[in-house]
Amino acid sequence: MSFSWTRVAAILRKELRDYRHNRFVIGTMAATPVLFITLPLIQLIAADVSGSTAHLSLRIGLSLLYMLVIPVTLPSVVCAYSVVGEREQGTLEPVLITPIRREEFLIAKALAAFVPTLVVAYTVFGIFLAVAALFAHPVIVSAIYAGPHVLVQLLFTPLLAGWAIWVGIAVSTRSTDVRVAQQLSVLGSIPPLIIVALMSLNVIPESTALAIGLAAALLAFDLLAWRVVAAMFDRERLVTGVRA
Amino acid sequence: MTPRPASRSADGAESTRTATTTLDGPTGQGALVVEHLSKRFGDRVAFDDVSFEIGVGEVFGFLGPNGAGKTTTVRTLGTLIAPSSGAAIVAGIPLIPKNGPAIRSRISMMPESPGLYLRLTVTENLQCFAGLYELDDVGGRIGRALRAVNLDDRARDLCGSLSKGLRQRVALARALLNDPAVLFLDEPTSGLDPVATREVHELIASLRQRGVTIFLTTHRLEEAERLCDRVAILNTTLRMIGRPDELRQQLFRRSLDVRLRAPLDDPKAVFAIVSEVEGWEQTPAGYTLTVSDPDLAAPDLARALVGAGADILSLAESRHSLEDVYLELIDEDVEAKAR
Repeated sequence: MSFSWTRVAAILRKELRDYRHNRFVIGTMAATPVLFITLPLIQLIAADVSGSTAHLSLRIGLSLLYMLVIPVTLPSVVCAYSVVGEREQGTLEPVLITPIRREEFLIAKALAAFVPTLVVAYTVFGIFLAVAALFAHPVIVSAIYAGPHVLVQLLFTPLLAGWAIWVGIAVSTRSTDVRVAQQLSVLGSIPPLIIVALMSLNVIPESTALAIGLAAALLAFDLLAWRVVAAMFDRERLVTGVRA
Repeated sequence: MTPRPASRSADGAESTRTATTTLDGPTGQGALVVEHLSKRFGDRVAFDDVSFEIGVGEVFGFLGPNGAGKTTTVRTLGTLIAPSSGAAIVAGIPLIPKNGPAIRSRISMMPESPGLYLRLTVTENLQCFAGLYELDDVGGRIGRALRAVNLDDRARDLCGSLSKGLRQRVALARALLNDPAVLFLDEPTSGLDPVATREVHELIASLRQRGVTIFLTTHRLEEAERLCDRVAILNTTLRMIGRPDELRQQLFRRSLDVRLRAPLDDPKAVFAIVSEVEGWEQTPAGYTLTVSDPDLAAPDLARALVGAGADILSLAESRHSLEDVYLELIDEDVEAKAR
């Protein structure tokens, strides 16, 4: 039996339906963007453009960094629940007794976090750009569009989300408690963000070439993480709590 | 080292392999063939050297005390756990790692806990599993499964709003979606009230009439006796296998229970008259006589008792329940361990 997108779709549809009635997920998806768009917009709109260029650049970099926190925190919190949550509910065993392969299960769980994260993160970034264009000083607006800022946002949003998703699922696969899984998952998702932060804050000189290079490296890490998580997913251990 | 009890088949031979009345399936084999299967978690033995065969359409009871290895056996046959040694053929497919998805597509399992998505409706739960089995005519199958468990009027209800008994029925409907060749039911009535238990029993009986092969693990002995064609008793090793009446005959010698208004003056002399009597003992209620053939012994015994001036209150063949069989075997294990 080969890889089946029908089975992936079945889990994905179930997850998305489950989100509708899950206050925690709805709350996280709603509160996180509000939090991370309000502060940077206030910073930009209230920014004093008469100051030094370096100061202004730092402020813009910091504001845009907030946008990249969304694709890290949202999926890590959701994915941390993905396996251990099902174990706690007793729903994992009925799923694992179906023909589903671990790769299908993991891809479905990842997509269930990835799709909403992308929708939310890109929407928030779009709103950020629109509000900035309407209310921020033209110098700031042109600075946002100058250089690789937008490219960094577009490239790194899915890649950071991918990393956070695999970290979240990996932690969830090994955890026995949802809350612990969520805390560890958020912590584990942060390292790639540090590189992006150093670039956004001009510690590492920002350039299109560097952005593309780092994005390629992060993509490689995402693919490696997927292989590691797939290897970690052991039906026997998940069902019995004992390693095979 | 404690002596390990050998499994005993209903025909009396002590062995690890049992003679069974298997109905041949389309593959020319039973629905489930298990040979010397064992599972260890480190030093701990979950079950050891288990062998049996289940025919197509058979309802097979798997009994044993808590921790006997019943659920681990089911999970192993369901490819959730890899066996440590031994072999099995599940629904006509050899139990090896690469066959996991193929085996799982031909079986179903209802775990002890229903494991439903409580924030989804009954239909949404079943739609998810129909997708996992890649079934066609999803609506039709869901409708038939819900009708089979008498739940078609609750299709739009959230599973979280259902009682435990109804959730168990939804789990059974889910297990029926893919028309499984073998249906594993793990303690299906655990924690249910008597009414819900009876409903689940009726459902299992109706599945049996439809020819579904059922592997039922339970420690409710009356449930096994009522529903199963054959039962196996597991206590880490397989202790006995056969039809409930066969197990009774195998484990307990046939006997007659006699109740009299007053004890006999010389029971030894009275019972010696009856040639079929092989032994006897006095009980608080009267006498229990071991006999070679109760049908032959009963009339002779009645005549002998009347001849001795006894007033007979009752004379009947001793009845041993499956519970007696079970307790006898488990007690044997306890004694063996104590030695």
